[in-house]
Amino acid sequence: MSLLEVADLGIRYGASEVVAGLSFSVEPGESLGLVGESGSGKTQTALAILGLLPAAATTSGSIRFDGIELLTADEEEMNALRAERIAIVFQDPLQALNPYLRIGQQIRRILLQHGLASGREADDRVIEMLERVGLPDPKRQFGAYPHQLSGGMRQRAMIASALIAEPDLLIADEPTTALDVTVQAQILELLASIRDDTALLLITHDLGIIAGHCERMLVIEQGGLVEEGLTRQVFAAPQSRHMARLLEAAPRLDRDGVRETVVGKTVLDVRAAAVSFREHGSHRGDRRLRAVRDVTLQVRSGETVAVVGESGSGKSSLFRAVLGLIPLQSGIVSFLGERLPDDVRSRALSVKRELQLVFQDPVSSLNPQMIAGKIIGEPLLVHAPELGADERRRRVLHMLEKVGLPDAFVTRFPHELSGGQAQRVAIARALIMKPSVLICDEAVAALDGAVRNQILALLEGVQDETGLSIVFISHDLAVVRGISHRVLVMYLGRLVELADSARLFTRPRHPYTRALIDAVPVPDPAAARGKQIIAGEVPSILAPPSGCAFHPRCAYAQDRCIAERPNERIVDGVTVACHRADEIDLTVC
Amino acid sequence: MLRYTLLRLLGAIPTLLLVIVLAFLLVHAAPGGPFDDERVLPPEIAANIAAYYHLDETLPQQFWRYLSGVVRGDFGPSYRYRDHTVSQLIGSAFPLSLKIGALSMLLAVIVGVGAGIVAALRQNTVADRVVMTVAMTGISIPIFVVAPVLVLLFAVKLHWLPAGWSGNAGYARLLLPVVSLALPQIAYIARLTRASLIDVLGSDFVRTAKAQGLGIVAIVRFHALKPALLPVLSFMGPAIAAVLTGSVVVEEVFGIPGLGQFFVRGALNRDYTLVLGIVIFYAALIIVLNLIVDVLYGVIDPRIRHR
Amino acid sequence: MIAMSASWEKIRGNRALVVSAVILIVTAAAAMIGPLISPHDYLSTNFEEMLRAPTMADMRIFGTDDLGRDLFVRTMLGIRVTLIVAIIASIVSLVIGVAYGAIAGYFGGRVDAVMMRLVDTLYAMPFIFFVILLMVVFERNFLLIFVAIGAINWLDMARIVRGQTLSLREREFVDAARLTGVSSARIIARHIAPNLAGVVVVYVTLTIPQAILVESFLSFLGLGIQEPQTSLGALVDAGVNQIERASWTLLIPATLLAMILLCFNFLGDGLRDLLDARQTR
Ligand code: SF4
Repeated sequence: MSLLEVADLGIRYGASEVVAGLSFSVEPGESLGLVGESGSGKTQTALAILGLLPAAATTSGSIRFDGIELLTADEEEMNALRAERIAIVFQDPLQALNPYLRIGQQIRRILLQHGLASGREADDRVIEMLERVGLPDPKRQFGAYPHQLSGGMRQRAMIASALIAEPDLLIADEPTTALDVTVQAQILELLASIRDDTALLLITHDLGIIAGHCERMLVIEQGGLVEEGLTRQVFAAPQSRHMARLLEAAPRLDRDGVRETVVGKTVLDVRAAAVSFREHGSHRGDRRLRAVRDVTLQVRSGETVAVVGESGSGKSSLFRAVLGLIPLQSGIVSFLGERLPDDVRSRALSVKRELQLVFQDPVSSLNPQMIAGKIIGEPLLVHAPELGADERRRRVLHMLEKVGLPDAFVTRFPHELSGGQAQRVAIARALIMKPSVLICDEAVAALDGAVRNQILALLEGVQDETGLSIVFISHDLAVVRGISHRVLVMYLGRLVELADSARLFTRPRHPYTRALIDAVPVPDPAAARGKQIIAGEVPSILAPPSGCAFHPRCAYAQDRCIAERPNERIVDGVTVACHRADEIDLTVC
Repeated sequence: MLRYTLLRLLGAIPTLLLVIVLAFLLVHAAPGGPFDDERVLPPEIAANIAAYYHLDETLPQQFWRYLSGVVRGDFGPSYRYRDHTVSQLIGSAFPLSLKIGALSMLLAVIVGVGAGIVAALRQNTVADRVVMTVAMTGISIPIFVVAPVLVLLFAVKLHWLPAGWSGNAGYARLLLPVVSLALPQIAYIARLTRASLIDVLGSDFVRTAKAQGLGIVAIVRFHALKPALLPVLSFMGPAIAAVLTGSVVVEEVFGIPGLGQFFVRGALNRDYTLVLGIVIFYAALIIVLNLIVDVLYGVIDPRIRHR
Repeated sequence: MIAMSASWEKIRGNRALVVSAVILIVTAAAAMIGPLISPHDYLSTNFEEMLRAPTMADMRIFGTDDLGRDLFVRTMLGIRVTLIVAIIASIVSLVIGVAYGAIAGYFGGRVDAVMMRLVDTLYAMPFIFFVILLMVVFERNFLLIFVAIGAINWLDMARIVRGQTLSLREREFVDAARLTGVSSARIIARHIAPNLAGVVVVYVTLTIPQAILVESFLSFLGLGIQEPQTSLGALVDAGVNQIERASWTLLIPATLLAMILLCFNFLGDGLRDLLDARQTR
């Protein structure tokens, strides 16, 4: 008998249907992946299984767990099942754990609630569980508050709380989306190794995660099942058009087709840039947070440079300082050989129009009180005030067409746009003055696969046409691979490697680059296994490790690495900061 | 934690100093002296009086004298109650005000938090609407309306409780003043508790707790109550100030010989030193109580404590 | 404009808000017109008709006070004074608060730190007692009431506007405008002010009852409006003295005062709900 049987499940909020006619089952002990784009109803399904849908939702159909009908079960019956038989791990552990209670107490409470243990025994079981999920010094972490742990450690604690009562089914809803890539790999590995005979329902938007960690998979689209089967088979020969499209849209690190280096003149020249912030609020007085240290980079005309790093790498701060939005502590920014004032307000209008930015969150980058036409046209008012209203309107419409939006969008407010449409408006605003350099700060990170690829194609099209230079800031190496000519990898505020895409993805020179490549989930069940996962998490930027900042996590570290910071040097045409760059071979097979 | 407390303490001192300077200057900016309204005194007597109150010194001298007095708890002599110092008057009247104020704060917290929790757990039911409408009314009706109306109802019409203070004894005479002082605060606290508990119950960590099989009672007690009460704790500062203000009215309406009554009498009689002394005393009280609230907040919220 | 019409729908859906607005408008109109159509005036004493209970005869609909003055006219005048004091005081606090808060929020950094430190310090003061002190020293000057009330209420407004400005300033659309070279003046006018307007409207609505409360509190203690002028607070005070003989002299102004305060609070609350709904959308 199946452990969980979902039959013809429907979930609706008033008139809008988020899940309709969804049927699937989970077998005891298996690992089942559930993949879908945002808004496909995957989280709603998870909440329905646990009976946690908000009161406004109405359900139909049936969810049977071990013979018990869950949709009609009362609170008491559900509470007996929760944690003890069905447990869940949510996306963001910072939100999902109670900030006011110690980690140990929160987990211990589950044992008490279900009468599984009490007193010292409960403490011991919690500590043992914390140890199993890989929390160092579990006795101490028992008494820690969530904010005192790193992101990865918090998610480990969350997993400990989900498994403490030894459930039969563990639901993991985007368990790694809020984490850095290298940590994501660790958490997925942990989930796979720790669950014993607990069945796993892994919900994600990332086909790579499914490929690596699930035996069987389901694909849903707009609340309905479109494909199901063994992961290997589905990937090898998708039956539904939707799955085929998802697979097509998924970025891949292991495919060929990087862009060849372009040789243009240097447009933007950043030399020895450093950025630091003051940490306010600590009673130990203000501390200096050195977000970026001595980064040098030239951007040539017509090329795309990707800037990649995990949290704390300083990649966004660097370019906000280049743009003059935050102060540069030291270093020089030049445009076409001319040094620019640090603060954007002191820069000449003629320079301002040349450097533009597209943000990650398209909605918050558009003024909610202005219609799209006004947003796109505002730069014209500043840079070409002599234009008449008609000419301005003509140019705005032209720009809209260029980013692929119909004329009618001129009068839309930002909240009336989808994420992709809003991002197109933001791009139109950035491009209307025909800048030389466009900086995209995680500009596609919030978008689903297909929409993301459309935006990327749009940018590439503009580049081919106008010779635009693009700086593409991203945490995701896989997205970067297909579109960039060169890649700059940063770690804790410093450059670790700068290389042509063709070289970087085949033969990285820095162990950290290699670790990043390995950590990216590959949407191919055959290729997914046997990757090396590096240990540890990105240390706090407030207290970076001595010598090479990467040494605590580096498999190749030697004594020298702890004592002495590696300088940037050129090895085989690649700028790299590693003592051993020329002796170790990190070639990706 | 200790540092945090000390820092807060240090931060309170300039505030208090500012209060003293402002209040002192205000009084000394008064057009005409305090004895203007009396008959013209012979010059030597006027000089005597001026010397007694140190009015013959320069302003900085007077201020320094006053400040060093205040530090020792001496607010100088009263202008009207000639035989008493301001400190004596405050010392005699404050205990009664404190008793009434403390009782009404206690009542306000217990009833307000209780009603707020009930309303939050029964969100959008009849019980919730009733609590919230009553609370809104309670916020809107000023204490100088509540107090006389309560007197009219329970003392004048129903004769259940005594209307005044003197001539009555026991706890019965405390009841109406305490309740009228507490009512507006009950209303505020109930609204605040409800809003913040609803907020906390909607947070992700409560969803986690539900997913762990905790019932609503366990969730409120174990997970939600502490964070939900933090805004209530922050409100204690303003609530204390409001109760102090309200006590002025209540003591006036019920004829209670507390500090508030002295204050109003002093204000109407232009007893400068008394009013000045009481303002500074109230200010110090509010600042100290706010300080305690701040420190308590740090004790409860681990994220502040660990900063 | 689509956004506007959508909120108009919601305004009508909020019954407490609509009812409060209507009551306030009717009350204000009555206070303006009432004294004009009544045969009595607020000053004349009449020792034949002291403490007369409310009656329809001779238009003594609210009765008379202990000096035989007509309470209907006095109450309507009291409402006028109360509303005018409150509205002017609110405008004072609006102007000071918005200017102060917007400057602190927009410039941020050290300017903000210093300016907000001052606000925090003032917050910790027992303001109402200072106001009383002020009233004692400056002899119950009518103008002073506005100043005093405005001086208390601008603090809240400044805090709210500052917080809002600070968060707007950090919003990415402001960065985007700055990058394209939009001037500071235009950023404030086009990007910050329109997003601030809603919050300011809501808090002005909530400031008015606060101001009414302070004014009537002072008048109640005999430190505000002076005889023969009157306000609702002063009328309540007079009513308390007649509580055993003529309860209407207390109940009528007390009820009207409570009603006005209640309506303003409902109005402000309703507007805030609408605003929150729009922001979370
Ligand atoms: S310098 Fe040493 S620690 Fe750093 S990356 Fe190279 S080998 Fe590893």
